[in-house]
Order: sequence, then C-alpha cells, then structure tokens
Amino acid sequence: METWKIIEQALPVLAMGLIETIRIATLALIVAMFIGLFVGLFRISRNKILNFIASFYVYLIRGTPLLVQILFIYFGLPTALGIKLSPFSAGVIAISINAGAYLVEIFRAGIEAIDKGQMEAGRSLGFNYSQTMRLIILPQAIKVMIPAFMNQFIVSIKDTSLLSVIGIAELTMQGQSIYASNFRAFEILSVVAIFYLILISILTVLSTYLERRQARV
Amino acid sequence: MENMIIVKDLEKYFGKLHVLKGINLEIKPQEVVCIIGPSGSGKSTLLRCLNLLEEPSAGDVLIEGESLLNKKIDINALRQRVGMVFQHFNLFPHMTVLKNVTLGPINLRKIAPKDAEELAMKLLGKVGLSDKAHVYPDNLSGGQKQRVAIARALAMEPHVMLFDEPTSALDPEMVGEVLQVMKDLANEGMTMAIVTHEMGFAREVADRIIFMDEGYIIEEGSPDQIFNNPSNERTKSFLSKVL
Repeated sequence: METWKIIEQALPVLAMGLIETIRIATLALIVAMFIGLFVGLFRISRNKILNFIASFYVYLIRGTPLLVQILFIYFGLPTALGIKLSPFSAGVIAISINAGAYLVEIFRAGIEAIDKGQMEAGRSLGFNYSQTMRLIILPQAIKVMIPAFMNQFIVSIKDTSLLSVIGIAELTMQGQSIYASNFRAFEILSVVAIFYLILISILTVLSTYLERRQARV
Repeated sequence: MENMIIVKDLEKYFGKLHVLKGINLEIKPQEVVCIIGPSGSGKSTLLRCLNLLEEPSAGDVLIEGESLLNKKIDINALRQRVGMVFQHFNLFPHMTVLKNVTLGPINLRKIAPKDAEELAMKLLGKVGLSDKAHVYPDNLSGGQKQRVAIARALAMEPHVMLFDEPTSALDPEMVGEVLQVMKDLANEGMTMAIVTHEMGFAREVADRIIFMDEGYIIEEGSPDQIFNNPSNERTKSFLSKVL
C-alpha cells in the first residue's frame, strides 16, 4: 500500500510537469511547422543562396546532438552575445529549431512528391508561384506528410525531457526532483513513463484519425 | 487582322540538346492549327513555349502583340488569356470537378463564387458532364477527365487554347468524346493550337497543318495540301507510316 501512497503524493507535481511538457511541445511544434514550411520552400527554391542557407541549417542541426543544441542556446549564447534567455524560452527555441530542421526535409519531400503537372496546370491558368503552392500543391502535399509530421511530433515531445538539464520543470525534471528526496526512483519513473506513453498514444490515435479522414476524400 | 500568336526565330536548348532550331509561325484569330510530326520533333516544346512553361533560349513569342520575353509584362495575366490542356489532364485531385473549374475564375478573375459556379455548370454542360460536378477526379474516366480539363481552361475565357496531345493518354474508345468537344470549340471560332497524333481529326478540323521534324518546321499548309500532296520527302515518309 505504501507504493500507492508514494504515487498519490507525487501525482499533483507530476501532473504539473506534464502540463509544462505539453506547453513547451505545443509552442515549439507550432514554431517548428513555420520553420519547416518556409525553410522547406527555400530548400526547393532555384535561388542558390536560399537553397544553401536551408541546406546548411539542416546539416548543422542534424549533425549535432540535441543536448548540445540546448546547452548552446541556454549557456553558450549568453556568454557570446550577452542575450539572457529564460530556461523556458531557451527550451522552446531549442526544440523548435531542432524539430524545424527535420520538418524542412519532410516538407521538401512532400512537395517534391506532387506531380509537376500540378504546378504547370496552376501556372498555365494564370496563378503565380505562391498562389499555386498555397491552393494546389500544399493541400495535396500536407496530406502525404501527415504520418511523417506525427512521427516528428512524437520524437520532439519525448525530446523535451532533455530540457531538464537547463532546469525546466517539465515532466522528467519533476520526476527527478521527487525521487531525489524520497528515493523511490522506480515508482516515480514508472509514472513518468506512463504519462509520456499516454501523451504519445493520444497523438497516435489523432494521427490515425486524420489519415483515415484524409483517405476518404 | 492582327495575329493572335507570332513566333519569331524561336530556339530552345535543354542543356546541350537543341530541340527547336529557329521556328517561325503565325496563328491568326479563330484559326485552328494542328502540329504533327514524329516524337522528339519538338512539337510539345514549341507549344509549351507559347505560354512560357518552357523558357525560349532565343527568339521571341508574341501573344496578341505582347512579347512573352518582355520582363515588364505580367506573365500571369497573359497566361489567363492562353488556355492549356495537357496530355495527362493535370486535374487537381483534392478538389471536386466543380472546384477544379471555379478555382481560376474565383481567385484570378475575382468572380463571385455563385456566378463562377453558374459559369462552371454551363461549361460542364457544354462538355457533357453536368452530372459529375460534385465528383472527385479520381472517379472519372480518362475521357471525362480531359473534358473537365477543357472546361477548366475555358472558365478563364481564354483568347486562344493550346492542346498538348490531349488524346494520347486515353483509351481508344474515349478519344472520340474529347475530339468532339474540341471540334465544337473550333466551330465556335476558338483560336486553337493542337499538338496531335490524330490525323483524321487534324484533317477534318484544322485550317492549317504544320509538320515538324528534328526541331524544324518542315512543311505547312492546308490539310488537303499536307495529306494529299506533301511536297517534302520527310513529310511523305512520316505520313506513309501513320496513315
């Protein structure tokens, strides 16, 4: 019975951590989607400079560990540039930039998967490039991209646990702080793991629903 | 009368490949011109240069007196006046037939959605597909798709229509319905440039036939002249293979 008591006492704090995790992940993924879309468009642009910027960004982020990126933004930038970020902002920025880079490639692949006759048909009606993208290419591409988006969202939600290193009171951090005082790491970490599982399961169900809805069209 | 389309010394390279080697061509208003020739002769490339889907390497293309290569002209506005029908239809699969046809009028011609739908229904009636307005393109046959594509292009009320092998991707039994729509359009006085392998259709509908081979216009003239009395050896040899 003692085990249940420990868990019961921990639940309110862990729930707060879960909410913080959801808050960071939601904000970061919204920003990441914008980064992915726009840098993704750079990536397929014929403009060599835009293309280089996009490729270099993806290269940089994919080639370095997320933990290093988090530490760099929180500890590295202030010493070099004198910008002091709150842990929360640093965390959101780190996850956004990281997920954004992977989403760039998802957007690029999704857009390139659409038959080039679609662009030609749009342009020949008199739509300009961005109208054709918005009205004709992206609605089709996004449909193809949904499973890849969901996969990246799941990865990024789990990645937020690394933000405990800069002291953000997200789910993992809250768990650590509880078992640091009561030494019940097994019980506490089990609950932490279950919370992550529930969160990811909800997203998976949502993803399946979205895919099925799209398939009907 | 002023020419609808003028092509002057048009050249096109794809990398090192020389596809068009100095094309000169004029199309008058209401004229129906069929471009024939073996595959790889540059017919489709020529047609795609007429609305700048391909950028000419040299020479000039004028639509109603305006040069496509003049950087000051609004190419998107000009393309609205030049309808295009593709071999592979290129319908928008995420929209119903009706949405496919109204997309341009609503967003580009700024026609009220209700009026655009009315226009679209009229055009769908014209191509015999009123009953398919709310269907998605994936549920149509090839011939039906191509007829929707024609209606979609017509909804922009273009001054000239370009057809790039419009029946080449169709099952044989569906070729007729598409050609019939094109025939009606020609009879209404639409200016048309058609790349085609349908010799019977070309003979019947065209005012003028252009025979291309290896990037040149080899011979042009009335259908009677080209089909019954070709003067060039290459024209003769091509026609003997396809007729």
